[in-house]
Amino acid sequence: MTATLNPLYRFDTLVVGAANRLAFTAAKAVAESPGTVYNPLFVYARPGLGKTHLLMGIGHAARAINVGLSVEYLTLDEFVESFHAAIAAGQGDAYRRRFHDVDLLLVDDVQFLTHRREMQSELLRLTDTLQSANRQIVLTSDRPPSEIEALDERLIRRFAGGLVIDVSAPDYETRVAILRRKADERRATFREGVLEAVASLPIDNVRELLGALNRLVAFQAVSDTPLQPAQARALAGGDEVRDERRPSDSQPAVTPAADEFSDFLSEVSATVAQQVDSWRTKVAAAILRWEGEGFRTTRIESLLQQEMTVDPEEVLRQFAADVARLQALYAEAAELAPDLAGSTAFRDPDDIAGAEALTQRARQGAHPPPAPSPLWKLDDLVEAPSNRMALQAARAVAAEPVSRYNPLVIVGGSGVGKTHLLHGLGNALATRSKGPVACLSAHEFTSELIEAIDRDAVGAWRARYRSSAAFLLDDVHLVADKDRTQDELFVLFNYLIESGRQMIFSSGVPLSELTGVEARLRTRLEGGLVVDLPAPDREMRHQVLERALQGKMTTADAELVDYLGSRPAESVRALHGLLQRVMNAAESKGVVPSVSLAREVLEAPAPKAPRRPATRSSGIVAPATGARSREKIVWDWPDVGDRIVEEWR
Amino acid sequence: MSLVNFTAREITCKIVYYGPGRSGKTTNLQYVYGRVPEARRGRMVSLATQTDRTLFFDFLPLELGTISGFVTKFQLYTVPGQSYYNATRKLVLQGADGVVFVADSQARRFDDNLESLQNLQDNLLGQGVDIRQVPVVFQYNKQDLPRDLILTQDEMDDALNFRAVQSFSADALHGAGVFETLKGVSELVLKKLAAGSQVA
Repeated sequence: MTATLNPLYRFDTLVVGAANRLAFTAAKAVAESPGTVYNPLFVYARPGLGKTHLLMGIGHAARAINVGLSVEYLTLDEFVESFHAAIAAGQGDAYRRRFHDVDLLLVDDVQFLTHRREMQSELLRLTDTLQSANRQIVLTSDRPPSEIEALDERLIRRFAGGLVIDVSAPDYETRVAILRRKADERRATFREGVLEAVASLPIDNVRELLGALNRLVAFQAVSDTPLQPAQARALAGGDEVRDERRPSDSQPAVTPAADEFSDFLSEVSATVAQQVDSWRTKVAAAILRWEGEGFRTTRIESLLQQEMTVDPEEVLRQFAADVARLQALYAEAAELAPDLAGSTAFRDPDDIAGAEALTQRARQGAHPPPAPSPLWKLDDLVEAPSNRMALQAARAVAAEPVSRYNPLVIVGGSGVGKTHLLHGLGNALATRSKGPVACLSAHEFTSELIEAIDRDAVGAWRARYRSSAAFLLDDVHLVADKDRTQDELFVLFNYLIESGRQMIFSSGVPLSELTGVEARLRTRLEGGLVVDLPAPDREMRHQVLERALQGKMTTADAELVDYLGSRPAESVRALHGLLQRVMNAAESKGVVPSVSLAREVLEAPAPKAPRRPATRSSGIVAPATGARSREKIVWDWPDVGDRIVEEWR
Repeated sequence: MSLVNFTAREITCKIVYYGPGRSGKTTNLQYVYGRVPEARRGRMVSLATQTDRTLFFDFLPLELGTISGFVTKFQLYTVPGQSYYNATRKLVLQGADGVVFVADSQARRFDDNLESLQNLQDNLLGQGVDIRQVPVVFQYNKQDLPRDLILTQDEMDDALNFRAVQSFSADALHGAGVFETLKGVSELVLKKLAAGSQVA
């Protein structure tokens, strides 16, 4: 059976002093982010010092932050009892499953695990399960784990792996604060000095202290005159206590005969506790916090271990500033080179230089991705019925990146102007985007990846493209059968789309006919807008020829344009090829290009030229005739090595 | 002077009682000495001339016990007030964490008070210390004398306490204001220690 949380045991009703400040800080951290900071959290203290209050406070605070959080509080005895009942009922597994779904498990008084091997095994299993699921477990005991008799060594190690922290007896000031708060809660008013007199007694157990307060309240309720400090001391058992106990070394001795000195001592104690002790605990709290966030705290730990030579406040401020710097460097480096994520170099505030150097390396490895060619402009494209749809889609994307068509895929045969459109669109996007615009061919993309693999710098390579504001990939069909390229492209695609970046692709093959491309990638391409860029129609061919001729001659010969425009040409590039042949012939003959010359050049039977290898080292050569792109056809492989590399890609 | 030693977990405060001759500095220490339980006080060292004036200095160590985990010790010093003992005053003033300026409230000692205060400022400056950076409180002693012989606390404040620091009316011979003064300066010193600026 699980006990409910006592509504009075909340953080705001807990008096925090030097004795319990660390435990309170840790408890708050756990309540704010269960399962992430100190897991398990093990709090130990002598009875009556507020363990249960702290434990239930965690439960209340965690629920206040996250209403849906599943919180279970129980004492070890309840844990044992219900386990035995479940076993007896044959419900052992159900019992275990019940705890496995708890987000925050609070177990009180685990010192009773002594000699209970079976329950130790259950708790060990439960701790492992909860930890692996990032669920929080908090335990309390009246002694540290290592002093719990016959406790399984594995459990001790598990507890030590989280945070083991103690709560010590409250000091004088905390005792006064506790008494004042409890007196306020009971609406009891005492003369000045009464509560202080009780607090000055060596009662270091909060329950006993509250018992003493109860006696004061009861006495004052039946008394006609206000209680005097001396009476309060006697009522609280001060005389007996003083007789029974030797003056504690931690408490300045109070000599009744020396009242002035006692007062002086009391004030000095209060001041020391407030001033000196407060920042000692502040340092310790800072250590807990930064250590919990994974930073090395050697520097501030030394504040507690060495003779002070500096202002601790300043050291803490500087340390916090260094941590902030590390966090900024880490964020930058992780963006540039995701493989640096998790690097411990960003966890040591005493080695900022190391983190700076690592970030600098990441910066160097992340030069901007290839930009679109400045030669191609969107406005230079001739608009005709055949390409109107593609052009309009491109203009819409240029005007409203991401929000209109993302991704945009342009499909068309070779030479129809996909590359021009892609780069032109890239340039248009570059004028309005804040980050770099990446524009490259799939072939270059693969080559870069291979080089990055070779240099063991894939992280930096990925970061280049992840940093781009828009990503344009020409000839995406060339990633067919290149598994690693497809993997990288798939991941990049998801990252950029999720990050709200524009993506544009061109493909020489309709997406439905793409082979060798994984469905997960193909379907993502199909999820955007796919527009066709067909072979140029007659109107387009005329416009292209007119513009080309005007560039070479002062006026375009309408007859020549008509003739060339009527020739079969599957692409703009082929059209330019026809025109170039006519221009070359005219130049060699020293005449003006005309229809007759064009007929002569274009209708004559083609000479049988011997095939000769092109100069390109890839072994790609152009066909002697025909409209296919000379760049896309491989006739033979002069170098077998080239072919092997290509196939490997 | 090492004041907060975290290794030894020790706090040591040096408080110097400063002021013109015969203003009551040694009387302050003697009163404190008389009120401190034997176990808490060290031997009071007092070097006096034949005419009972302080020749060198008084020194009263106080062991306040362990406070918040720190063994806390106060060292109370007085300086010789007579103007020709300035070298001794400089020596005693070195490393002071706090100063109690004990002024004689008698109207006829007005100039002596001012001269001694000026001397304190000069000696601190000689050690590279700005008096504004040192915890200082004023004690206007001999306030038990007949009214027509003395200046009131307000009048003394007007005359000496330019920075409006804490001041105490006292009758050190009978103890009035002695511990109040000590508490006042101790609080300032400890707060300053905690702020770290004098932590060494």
